[in-house]
Amino acid sequence: MPINYYIILAIALFSIGVMGVLTRRNAIIIFMCVELMLNAVNLLLVAFSKMHYSNVASFNPSSPVGTEAQVFVFFIMVVAAAEVSVGLAIIVMMYRNIHSVDVNFLNRLKH
Amino acid sequence: MVALLLILIPLLGGLAAFFIKNESTVKQWSLLVSLAAFVAICIGLANGNAATRNFEAEWLPMLGSSFALQMDGMSALLCLLATITYPIISISTWKNTYKSANSFFGLMLLAQAGIIGVFLAADGLLFYFFWELALIPVYFLCSKWGGEKRIAATFKFFVYTFVGSLLMLVGLLYLYYQTPNLSFSLQSLYEVKLTVAQQAWLFWLFFIAFAIKMPVFPFHTWQPDTYEQAPTAVTMVLSALMVKMGLFAVVRWLIPLFPAAAIEYSNIVIILSVTGMVYASILAMQQDDLKRLIAYSSIAHIGLMSAALFVNNESGLQGAMIQFFSHGVNVLGMWIVVNLIEQQFGTRKMSELGGIAQKAPTLTILLVIVALANVALPLTNAFVGEFLMFNGLFKFNAWYAAIGGLSIILSAVYTLRMIQKVFYGNSNAVTANATDIGTMAKTGLALIVIAIFVMGVFPKPVFALVNDTVTMILGIYK
Amino acid sequence: MKSIIDLVYLVPLFPLIGFLINGLGRKNLSKSLSGMLGSGVILASFIVSVLLFNETRAEGFTATTVNLFEFINVASLNIPFAFQVDQLSAIFLLIITGVGFLIHVYSTSYMHEEEPYHFARYFAYLNLFVFSMLLLVLGANYLIMFIGWEGVGLCSYLLIGYWFKNTEYGNAARKAFVMNRIGDLGFLLGLFFILQQFGSLTFSEIFPQAQGAEVGILTVITLLLFVGAMGKSAQIPLYTWLPDAMAGPTPVSALIHAATMVTAGIYMIARSNILYTLAPVSQTVVAIVGLSTAILAATIAIKQNDIKKVLAYSTVSQLGYMFLGLGVGAYTGAVFHVMTHAFFKALLFLGAGSVIHAMHHEQDIRKMGGLSKKLPTTHWTFLVGCIAIAGIPPFSGFFSKDEILVNAYTHNPILYWIGLGGALMTAFYMFRLYAMTFRGSFRGTHEQEHHLHESPWQMTMPLIVLAILAAVAGFIGIPELFATDAHRLEHYLAPVFEASTKLKDAHTLTHSTEYMLLGVSLTLITISIVYAWSRFSKKPETNDATGFGKVLANKWYVDELYDSIITKPLNAVAAIFNRYVEKSGIDGVVNGVGKSIHWGSRQLRLLQNGQVGTYVLWMVLGILFLYVVTIFF
Repeated sequence: MPINYYIILAIALFSIGVMGVLTRRNAIIIFMCVELMLNAVNLLLVAFSKMHYSNVASFNPSSPVGTEAQVFVFFIMVVAAAEVSVGLAIIVMMYRNIHSVDVNFLNRLKH
Repeated sequence: MVALLLILIPLLGGLAAFFIKNESTVKQWSLLVSLAAFVAICIGLANGNAATRNFEAEWLPMLGSSFALQMDGMSALLCLLATITYPIISISTWKNTYKSANSFFGLMLLAQAGIIGVFLAADGLLFYFFWELALIPVYFLCSKWGGEKRIAATFKFFVYTFVGSLLMLVGLLYLYYQTPNLSFSLQSLYEVKLTVAQQAWLFWLFFIAFAIKMPVFPFHTWQPDTYEQAPTAVTMVLSALMVKMGLFAVVRWLIPLFPAAAIEYSNIVIILSVTGMVYASILAMQQDDLKRLIAYSSIAHIGLMSAALFVNNESGLQGAMIQFFSHGVNVLGMWIVVNLIEQQFGTRKMSELGGIAQKAPTLTILLVIVALANVALPLTNAFVGEFLMFNGLFKFNAWYAAIGGLSIILSAVYTLRMIQKVFYGNSNAVTANATDIGTMAKTGLALIVIAIFVMGVFPKPVFALVNDTVTMILGIYK
Repeated sequence: MKSIIDLVYLVPLFPLIGFLINGLGRKNLSKSLSGMLGSGVILASFIVSVLLFNETRAEGFTATTVNLFEFINVASLNIPFAFQVDQLSAIFLLIITGVGFLIHVYSTSYMHEEEPYHFARYFAYLNLFVFSMLLLVLGANYLIMFIGWEGVGLCSYLLIGYWFKNTEYGNAARKAFVMNRIGDLGFLLGLFFILQQFGSLTFSEIFPQAQGAEVGILTVITLLLFVGAMGKSAQIPLYTWLPDAMAGPTPVSALIHAATMVTAGIYMIARSNILYTLAPVSQTVVAIVGLSTAILAATIAIKQNDIKKVLAYSTVSQLGYMFLGLGVGAYTGAVFHVMTHAFFKALLFLGAGSVIHAMHHEQDIRKMGGLSKKLPTTHWTFLVGCIAIAGIPPFSGFFSKDEILVNAYTHNPILYWIGLGGALMTAFYMFRLYAMTFRGSFRGTHEQEHHLHESPWQMTMPLIVLAILAAVAGFIGIPELFATDAHRLEHYLAPVFEASTKLKDAHTLTHSTEYMLLGVSLTLITISIVYAWSRFSKKPETNDATGFGKVLANKWYVDELYDSIITKPLNAVAAIFNRYVEKSGIDGVVNGVGKSIHWGSRQLRLLQNGQVGTYVLWMVLGILFLYVVTIFF
């Protein structure tokens, strides 16, 4: 399958994520959108890795298998999971404090 | 070697001063250190030839910068001024008390180290280093021990001079990249071949830095505020020594580095300076605060010196050199009197003072002598310098000398007004219980008065001392 | 060869020593000691001066320069500290130290009310003045002359403001110093022109070159030098300080503001005579300014009621005559008048001092009158002075003034007739002063009358000596008209003015014209004297002047004019500079830079609104922007 399809899918996912982050006010949905963007990148990584390996293998068959990027993706997924747990914890704390998960109330960075 | 000692003595002495907790001990310590520096330069000038005074050591070889110190006639004169000034400041402000005196005197001595370093540095980066080293202690001195509005005044002073310094740094780095072997040493910077266009904008980068320091009109407005707010001992350092850094730098760096631009723009610089002379003199007539009055009077005198540096003839340069020293001594005398008045009466406003002469005749006489030196009366030190500078200015352009000459008249107007308002007339409630000058301050002022007359009658040794620098500069012009 | 000439440095050295001892020891010296010291050093100088004078009288004596030490020596400019002794400086030395000594002696008694501390201060100043004045006349170059020139100005300032508690005196002192400084600036610029033209300031190097110089540049030089003389010798427009200078003690007025310092301008021009002779335009200016001053001051003197003010304006007027003399090329005449004027004007001032002393510091002549009986010595000597200044032969003023006027006549008869008008006024106001002071009946308080007394010998002795000099000094300059061995002074001074004399086309008046002029002037002056004497003895003016007299009494409102066209505008300009140009203008720009940065950052701060969404939006826009940039550029 040509690489373009992967790229288009990743762009679509990423854009949906961006729009979600920009437009939604619910912290949990923003969080999900961030995850969406992250996974769009993961998808691209895996796709490029595969494509890159097939290119290299054509003139140098002895090169290592093209799994480096896939390993990275696992790393990213692990870090993302950790991040989600911290993020969700923050959101829970936020809800306890202001009884809302609306990010528009969180403008203290201004001060 | 002397050059190194002159920097090390106040530097180490200043650092040590921070650890002395007792106020009177730290005063004695700082007097001792400044006297040691004075003795060092006396020995250095008395013995050996000029070459043995210099010093060079490795500093930052990867940047092409070395710890090179060079003491020619002008440096020697200004170092002499810096080392004479400090003991006199110590003696004559002996009765002043300061909170955390150890830091005060420590910072004062660090500032001296920086100032002397500026006068001696023969390496661009080292020069810049000392230039800032002199500024930073003064910033702390003013902002911690100054008057009511010290924060605003000091902030203005610092930002103003720092902007100038950065402009100079840009110019310096540009020059550095023009040297064939990437070196900051004075000699290799001198040898850089620049086109006239390059010289032009570099000239202004450097000139603005120095003009702010001197200060030349219209870069002068930080000065009255700072002089007014700084503690008087610091004002003495500022006006007797730090303004000389700007003038000195013109001779050591600006003119030799960009001779073509210096000739090209001499007219503009001199017009600014002459305008400043008259303008500051007129403003001095309006001041009520003694410190502001002396600040403006000082701006007027500096204007003449900066004009004389650019007239490109021997008379002007020699006059300016001797005036470096004379102005330092004279303005110091004025500040000592202001300090005594402020300590005694708690005010510096001329409108609130009056009639001090009845109770304090000795103080009055000493002040009158210093004030007369300030108006450049013959047989005082300032006359020799002003005569030569005006002569130099006249050779450059007779009209400039005539217009600048108005400041001679105006200086008499404001100086005599000051004497009359503060010292003559009848005493009032503030001055009714005036007491005469104390022994320590009298000694300090008497030393200044002696210097005024000795240099006014026998200026010859000073001419001989700075002759090499003058010859060098005139050689560069040709 | 060591000759007496080499000891010339002693002449200024003695007063300097006197100044130092009196100045430094003012707290410890008793009054009699400091008085004796102050006078003694001047006497010592006088003795040396007499010896020097004897040397200069020798036939074939030429000007001698004595180098003391190097003063300013930078390659292109070599100015030694050197003295020059010649006939001109010798005669000034005699006047300064001679009259100076008498006035010092007089002062010991006049100032006896002062505390010892201030008494010593007074003598210190006076000695310093003599020192500066001697530098002025002895200097072998213009710079040394300038040192003395400013030095005497300083001493004048110090002595006018001697009673420093009085603010008005202080103002008068400042006015004197500042006006002198205006002149000094002119003088200084003149020096720079000389340096540029001749490359030297030494007299003996400049004057021989003078004939080779362009007339234009000489005119500029001489006019600038004359500006200096205007300040120092109180000529229009810088004369107003001199009458105010009467705030100083009376002996000071006699010494500084009559006999010596104010004649410095005449000395300077006489010294530079060759430059002036070669610049006819300047000479004309000098003559016109001198004559105008002489007339203007004389008109003012007619209506003054302060005894010292009358004498002050009279001094201004007489100085005007001297400048007239210089302007018409009668250098000897001007120097001659300096000398006679020093005698009779010092005499008049000291006499006035004696009167003031007797009247307990009353100076208003409307409150005097009839003092001739109570103060006989003062009266007789004062009368001698009045006759001398009025110009009655054979008293000294007649010969010197006549010489100037006759020379003016040969130059241009109009100058003579105007000058004669001034001389008539001189006679009139002097005898008005004399009559109102010494004639008629006493108009002061009863207490003052009770205390009237003749002054002690320290005061009368100088009066008598000066009266004798004022009476007979004219004979050294007696014109050819009356004697065969005429004008020994001219003969004596001839070497100094030699170069100028050669250039002047000699045309002298016929004896008959001279007799005619003499007859006319003497008759008119006598009428003027008799009228003033009789009128003011009988009916003294005791009311304030009205009408035109009021204009004269108010000195033509010149002070007010200067105040409104110079002082006030200058202060206004200064205030405007201070408030608008400095604070709002330059400092405003500097602070404006700071403020605009401050303002700008406050605006930028609004971007930081705390909304996470906004931040992300900016981030995304930034990414898109970079993307566009990389793609398209």
